[in-house]
Parts: sequence; C-alpha cells; structure tokens
Amino acid sequence: MIESDDFVKALQDIGFDFFTGVPDTILGGIIEVLGERRLYTPAVREDEAVAMAAGAFFGGKIPAVLMQNSGLGNALNVLMSLNLIYQIPSLLLVSWRGFEGKDAPEHLVMGQTMPQLLETIRIPHRTLSQETIIEDLKWAAQTFMAQRVPVALLLKKGIVKAVQP
Amino acid sequence: MQPEEGVMQSRAQAMKALLELMSDQALIICNGFPSREAHKLCEREQNFYMIGSMGVAASIGLGLALAQPQKTVVVFDGDGNVLMGMGTLATIGALQPRNLIHVVFDNEVYGTTGNQPTYSRVVKLDHIAKSAGYVNVERVWEREDIIYEFKEMLGNTGPSFLLIKVNEQIEDADRVSIEPADMTKRFKTAVTP
Ligand SMILES: Cc1ncc(C[n+]2csc(CCOP(=O)(O)OP(=O)(O)O)c2C)c(N)n1
Ligand SMILES: [Mg+2]
Repeated sequence: MIESDDFVKALQDIGFDFFTGVPDTILGGIIEVLGERRLYTPAVREDEAVAMAAGAFFGGKIPAVLMQNSGLGNALNVLMSLNLIYQIPSLLLVSWRGFEGKDAPEHLVMGQTMPQLLETIRIPHRTLSQETIIEDLKWAAQTFMAQRVPVALLLKKGIVKAVQP
Repeated sequence: MQPEEGVMQSRAQAMKALLELMSDQALIICNGFPSREAHKLCEREQNFYMIGSMGVAASIGLGLALAQPQKTVVVFDGDGNVLMGMGTLATIGALQPRNLIHVVFDNEVYGTTGNQPTYSRVVKLDHIAKSAGYVNVERVWEREDIIYEFKEMLGNTGPSFLLIKVNEQIEDADRVSIEPADMTKRFKTAVTP
C-alpha cells in the first residue's frame, strides 16, 4: 500500500496545488495529509467542490477534487454544463465504492456503472494501481493540460493507506 | 422591513448602478437572465457569464477569491440560484474570504423560466447569510442605498452579502454570444496578474 504522504507528494510534484472535495473513508488518509499541509479546502457538496476548483483554475491554480463516486452523481451537472462546455480542466480523484459488488447496497449501482457513466459524458479516466501510480498521475496531468477537460483517477480500496482500515 | 411597491428597481437598473462603481474587480454572474442582462449592460473581460450549472456562481467566485486573495471578486447571483446552492453560504461563512462580495438580485421568482415563485418570498436569505458568518450583510431596494452599501462593501473586508430586492421586470437581452471556451481563456487572463 502507498503511504498517503507519498501520494500527496507525487500530486504536488506534478503541479497540483489546490485541493477540495467531500470525504470518503478511502480518501481519509490523503485528506488528512492535505489538511496538515494546509492544501485542502473542504466543500459541502461535490458540485460546489468542482465549481470551486474551476474558480481556482481561473485564478492560476492547478486543482484537484476528491470525492466518493456517489459524489460524481452530485457533480454531474456542473461537470457537463460548466467544465466540459467551458473547457475547464480538473483532476477528479474518485474513490470507487461498490467495486465488483462488494460494498453496502447504496454503492452498488454507481459502483457497477461508473466507468460507462464517465465514458458516456466523455471524461477520460484511469484506475490507479500501485505499480503504475506515477505513470497514472503523469497521464492525468498531461490529459488535463492537453484536452482541458476534467480527468478522473479512480481509487479502489487498499491502494493508498486510509486512516481507518 | 418590506419594500413598498414602486420604489423597487428592476434588476437591470440595480445592476447598472453596481457596474458603474466597478473597476478591475472580477465578476461572476449566475445563469439565466442575470448573465444576459450583465452582458448587454456592460461587457468586460473580467466578466464570467455562467450559462449552465445553476447554483454554483458563488462557488466559482469563492475558488477564485481563495486563489487570488489580492483580487476583489464580485458575484451577481439570483434568489433561485442561491436556494439551489445554499450550502455554499456555509462554506463562505466558514472560510471567510475577505475579498468576496456576494450580491443577490432577489426578485422572489425563477424569472428566467416564467416567474414561478421561489421560497425567498418567505425565507430571508440575508438572515441565512448572517447566521452563516458573512461579515457585512445588507438588505436594500432603493437606488441610493444600493449604491451606498455596495461602495462600502468594495472598501471593506468581507465576505459581504448584499441582498437587493428587485421587481420582476426582465430586460430584453439576447443570449451571451461569447463561446464558453473563449470566455475561459479571456477571463483567466484578465483575472490573473
Ligand atoms: C439545474 C437546473 N435546473 C433548472 C434550470 C432552469 N433554470 C434556468 S434559470 C432558472 C431560474 C433562476 O432563478 P434566479 O436565480 O432567481 O434568477 P432569475 O431567473 O429570477 O433571474 C431556472 C430554474 C437550470 N438551468 N438548471
Ligand atoms: Mg429570481
């Protein structure tokens, strides 16, 4: 498992300097480290977070939004009618709850359909793996810069160390 | 206190009065007719016209205000928009961006979609902003007060919340003609040093 500290450092090394979002247990360790480094601005909804990240991008920041995949549902309209229309890029760090149907019932539909959902709305995405994590981050940053769209990195349980097991 | 009939401004009149007081501040305008009217009244490169994403104009303003703490950021919002993104009042109240002025043109209706009443007729948005922690909160409807309070807010430390009660009159204004992707480029250039 990757230490949250190393993961945040990799994100910073690649240029990300504005972080917002709504917590999930899978993201807890990352949010804790971001908080310690005073890089994280908590949002109350994921669509608010995506819009805040857009504002930060206008102000010269390279933003990332952390959310549970259920939050993707909350953020959908902003992603489609703001980011994708105005060509405002953002890194979406999305925890993949309901992966392979092994989770609480409320996560199962989104857990199963998320990749198709992202493809339908044309948001490029990759699933982070421990072996390719640096490559994955590079790909995300390159796609962010070149295509000026939101780019999603999907984070399954057990890749980056969480606060709670 | 409730405004009397007749003394209330149209949103376009109130908007014009504010725009005349602005210089290089960044301005984000919510979707619907507010954006169209601002576009017709005073086109400037520091204007960001939001055409979709109802409810998040203030969130965009907040992100910009945090990224550029030296820049004053003004948001022109609508009552329907604020009600949709009401959680953001809490976020702004908690984060206390000193350089953010949140103006709400409150016509008590979803004017753009045909004047269906909103809850701002009974729910006091200024009271909510005050409870959330905005530092300066004012409720105005007469021209002199609108000008006086906005001037004060431009000079003071925020976050500020200016609730302007306006009538339902809509200005005959076309859709915003600027391509959204072009708007991103020019707005980003205009608001970053
Ligand atoms: C998510 C979403 N729901 C509904 C609409 C339709 N819509 C466009 S503008 C608007 C009303 C906005 O109300 P308000 O902020 O009070 O501004 P006003 O129209 O009164 O000027 C609505 C409901 C929309 N654009 N997006
Ligand atoms: Mg209205």
